[in-house]
Amino acid sequence: MRVTQGTFSYLPDLTDDEIKAQVQYALDNKWSVSIEFTDDVHPRNSLWDMWGLPMFDLEDASAVVMEVNNCRKAYPNHYARVNAYDPRHGRRTIALQFMVHRPKEEPGFRLDRAEGNDRHIVYTLHSYAAEKPHGERYQDNGN
Amino acid sequence: MAESNGKSGKKKGGAGVIPYADAGYWAPDYEPKDTDILAAFRVTPQKGVDPIEASAAVAGESSTATWTVVWTDRLTDLENYQGKCYKVDKVPGTENQHIAYIAYDMDLFEEGSIANLTSSIIGNVFGFKALKALRLEDMRISKHYLKTFQGPAHGIIMEREYLNKYGRPLLGATVKPKLGLSSRNYGRVIYEACRGGLDFTKDDENINSQPFMRWRDRFLFSIDAVQRAMEATGEHKGHYMNVTAGTMEDMYERAEFAKEIGSPIIMIDLTIGYTAIQSMAKWARANGMLLHLHRAGHGTYTRQKNHGVSFRVIAKWVRMMGVDHVHAGTVVGKLEGDPNMIMGYYDTLTKNFIEADAERGIYFDQDWVSLPGVMPVASGGIHAGQMHQLLHYLGEDVVLQFGGGTIGHPMGIAAGAEANRVALEGMIKARNEGVDYLKEGPEILKKLAKTCPALQSALDTWGEITFDYESTDTADTTPTPTNA
Repeated sequence: MRVTQGTFSYLPDLTDDEIKAQVQYALDNKWSVSIEFTDDVHPRNSLWDMWGLPMFDLEDASAVVMEVNNCRKAYPNHYARVNAYDPRHGRRTIALQFMVHRPKEEPGFRLDRAEGNDRHIVYTLHSYAAEKPHGERYQDNGN
Repeated sequence: MAESNGKSGKKKGGAGVIPYADAGYWAPDYEPKDTDILAAFRVTPQKGVDPIEASAAVAGESSTATWTVVWTDRLTDLENYQGKCYKVDKVPGTENQHIAYIAYDMDLFEEGSIANLTSSIIGNVFGFKALKALRLEDMRISKHYLKTFQGPAHGIIMEREYLNKYGRPLLGATVKPKLGLSSRNYGRVIYEACRGGLDFTKDDENINSQPFMRWRDRFLFSIDAVQRAMEATGEHKGHYMNVTAGTMEDMYERAEFAKEIGSPIIMIDLTIGYTAIQSMAKWARANGMLLHLHRAGHGTYTRQKNHGVSFRVIAKWVRMMGVDHVHAGTVVGKLEGDPNMIMGYYDTLTKNFIEADAERGIYFDQDWVSLPGVMPVASGGIHAGQMHQLLHYLGEDVVLQFGGGTIGHPMGIAAGAEANRVALEGMIKARNEGVDYLKEGPEILKKLAKTCPALQSALDTWGEITFDYESTDTADTTPTPTNA
């Protein structure tokens, strides 16, 4: 499966030049950019690991591309994404977020159903990747 | 002016009838206070009625006045409670239309009650005989009064953080046919649309709990479809479950059930009334539920330029009442909408400060004092081939709802959803890269379609379809034809 979180997941994976162009757009808007990575891509996991702090006052978008590549090297079988933060009054949240890296195989999810009375079902989305402890996930994929 | 309305001139305090303008409702020297609620009315007086007297009558009938002098006026500080018409401007290019600016002291309105505000402002006054027509064009809600309202249960920012979706409009679709499907088949449409790439699907406004599909059955199959689509995509999905019903008790019951089964969003119709909307907004905030409002019925009073209530006023009330979504027009689709007017509605719903702007039909500066924004929803006759125009006119904070434009796709519903999502993401990407996407939109779409057969098929099917009619509700200064 292909996890479709992020702004550009329905397009072909972005090249480094395309990532740079998006980062430049963020910097032109005075948004700070950060990189995050995770081995638990569950839609309710908002706390991906931070690849360093957000890069405040950055001028050159290539620096982000370089860090994306460092992150890819360190975690070749994780997901990685770029966030751009808009700190303005009335926004104070992410303004743009897109995937920049995926594991070779995306294991996806299983929908668990706890069946109750009156046709009532409690649903839980089970992330296959999270079956193993942190750090041991995607071992079979060469990480 | 005293003679022109057929009323006999009597001294204030004596018995009989005196003109409104002489009774304190025309106050050209009045300086509105920061705390005042201001209103701009389009007044069309009956033949022979002086425009100032007609405007003063509007101020009077929407505040303290009755048709005759009453001695009990003398028992209160009447001046404080009188609505005061402080300016009347003739509308250029019209025979007998005038904009009356009226100030109301904040004391006239109960805190946090749109029902009370509207009972005055659009109450008896709209049936007043001396007027041929009357339209409430805009209001300035004072910061002090605004702060007595809850405002959106969550608002745009919180919705985006809940859904983990940033930097692009959200995508939705109304399940079609709007009436008559069984629950199971209904669920199929939701699943296909959501797994294909939409963020949301939606009940239509008139889907409540009819014999062909009862609400509980629909909710159960709908949530199953939403959860399955999340499993297939790893992304948040939702279906607006319409809880509109005949009584508040029924609506609460349906909303509670939607919560129990894990729905992230419910919907209501404007037809349930202002107080019911405020109640549901309160419930939605208390229960972490996004609240979508369909503006069913608004066209009966928003569309004609000389009578009724402008949608920009409804938009303000809706933000105060506290919903998270509201339908606000498409510019390019099948429903009424002048581009400038619609951009004015979008600003009113989403921005924290809006400056008066005649071109967009906005009469007053409005400070929202950090009340969260409402996500506008564009729905009705839009399709992937218009993506560049939709993004240009409506911006990023909007739900684009492609009902027919998803479900009518020749390759199936999921393909229709995919076509919309690819077109959207490709357009956002091009815009961010600095491409002149409005001009080059059709080429950008063509290029995207080369690697996406679903988009190619959507463009082949709908690429040429436009709804090119002139709008009825336009600004006085610059009438603009509907684009595309």
